[in-house]
Amino acid sequence: MTGIKIRKLVFTYPDSKYPVLKNINLDFEPVSWTAIIGHNGSGKSTLARLIDGLLSPTAGSIEVDEIQVNESSLGKIHQHIGFVFQNPENQFVGATVADDVAFGLENRQVDRNKMEEKIDKALKMVGMSDYKNTAPINLSGGQKQRVALAGILALMPKIIILDEATSMLDPLARQEILALLQKLKKEYNLSIISITHDLKEIELADKIVVLNDSQVVKQGAPSEILKDKELLLEIGVGIPASQQLQKLLVERGINVPNRYLNLEELKNWLKQQLQ
Amino acid sequence: MNSKIVFGSYVPVKSILHRLDPRIKLIMCIIYVILIFFVNNFLAAIWLLLALLAAIKLSNVGLRQYWQGIKPLFLIILITVAFQILFSSGGKAYWHWGIMAITRDGLINSLIIFYRFIVIITASTVLTATTQTFQIADALAWLMKPLQVIKVPVNQITLMLSIALRFVPTIMDETNKIMKAQRARGINFNAGNLLTRIKHLVPILIPLFVNSFKRAEELATAMEARGYDPNAPRTHYRQLVWHKNDAWAGLALLIVTVGLVCIRIFF
Repeated sequence: MTGIKIRKLVFTYPDSKYPVLKNINLDFEPVSWTAIIGHNGSGKSTLARLIDGLLSPTAGSIEVDEIQVNESSLGKIHQHIGFVFQNPENQFVGATVADDVAFGLENRQVDRNKMEEKIDKALKMVGMSDYKNTAPINLSGGQKQRVALAGILALMPKIIILDEATSMLDPLARQEILALLQKLKKEYNLSIISITHDLKEIELADKIVVLNDSQVVKQGAPSEILKDKELLLEIGVGIPASQQLQKLLVERGINVPNRYLNLEELKNWLKQQLQ
Repeated sequence: MNSKIVFGSYVPVKSILHRLDPRIKLIMCIIYVILIFFVNNFLAAIWLLLALLAAIKLSNVGLRQYWQGIKPLFLIILITVAFQILFSSGGKAYWHWGIMAITRDGLINSLIIFYRFIVIITASTVLTATTQTFQIADALAWLMKPLQVIKVPVNQITLMLSIALRFVPTIMDETNKIMKAQRARGINFNAGNLLTRIKHLVPILIPLFVNSFKRAEELATAMEARGYDPNAPRTHYRQLVWHKNDAWAGLALLIVTVGLVCIRIFF
């Protein structure tokens, strides 16, 4: 596994004059969690779709674990990458949960006798075993996203792309899905690329890529990106709670270390100071 | 979601009919409807009605629920029957006024039409009450299989059908939401004459269509991402298996058919 290599990528939608992405060069490490953030319309979703081969680039190249993404490798790419979309309702194909998980397996022409086992295993991974024969209308948004994940996990992908997959869920369901993804990433050595506006989700990443004006304006570790308050405000994700607190403390004349601290680290630092 | 029983909705109870293979149920329903058109005398009508009553009894779904299914269509049936009575001619006339007349033939014809309507609707309600929609889709797919020989894309049609059925509740939900949104903007759906009421449908239908297209587009992308290729062969998770009971059901159908033929020959 070599991760994803994007070189000189340009993409223009057929009915538009201006490119959505211009000259993107990016590397995604294998078995890492990358968050892509940016304004609405900054090209995040387009980038994700290009990586999965759902759109084909105007110019440039994308390589996923040494497979060149093009028309002839689509089957392989779709097997390699699992894609969870924003709207839980619009990616549910089957009449029941089991049917929906089976959809990907059917497309892969998995033998019927092996399907049951794979479906059960995938549903167990996302904690939806009790809902195997439930119709989608009787599931909550969070449960549908879990099923969507199960449908992908059944195919054993190496990379999972989340395109604002938690944005339509309530905070609790969002937390649950994110915790689940962290666990799965560790257990199955998955790479995760998440497109998101949610600070909690951003903080989980090993690396953050900031898209603005069709270009990568910044990339790096969360500790580096998340302390750049101006950038965060400009792209509209807001400032993490710990950063806000840090800022308030500085305004009161308290000397806080000038680096990014997440809530846990800040709590420990405060505890130390108070003792 | 409302749980009101409407025409053609599944009733989740346990019965022999619920357990039958959807294919045999679909075949039985189709053949039964065809048989109805061969009814030409009173005895034959009773014979098929008895068969239907037996099916209703076996379905474990209450008569009242079937009545709920027929009720919305009852007005249409009554109007049709009334037209038959008033405007058909032949036989002895009992009453007439202008072009309207009540005649013997008219009465008999309307009785036959009434019988056919009620029996056919009830028979198909027995099918839909005991069989989930996706099972009916599976059964239809199986029935259409021979068409593959003449290059009909049966697999695609089946998938289309099952996705359409899967989205019916979603679209219903959405319709409710749009209606609420339009009510909040001041539209009263229950007022005005027929024309205004039809006009009021426009602000529901347009957003509904736009959203459905968006949905379809997203769904298509999601399906592609999950490796769907319309031209590639696929395996099938849901398998239909014949059981012994299905053979008995087939036999019952045969008995009903033979019975009808005998009645037609001998009476």
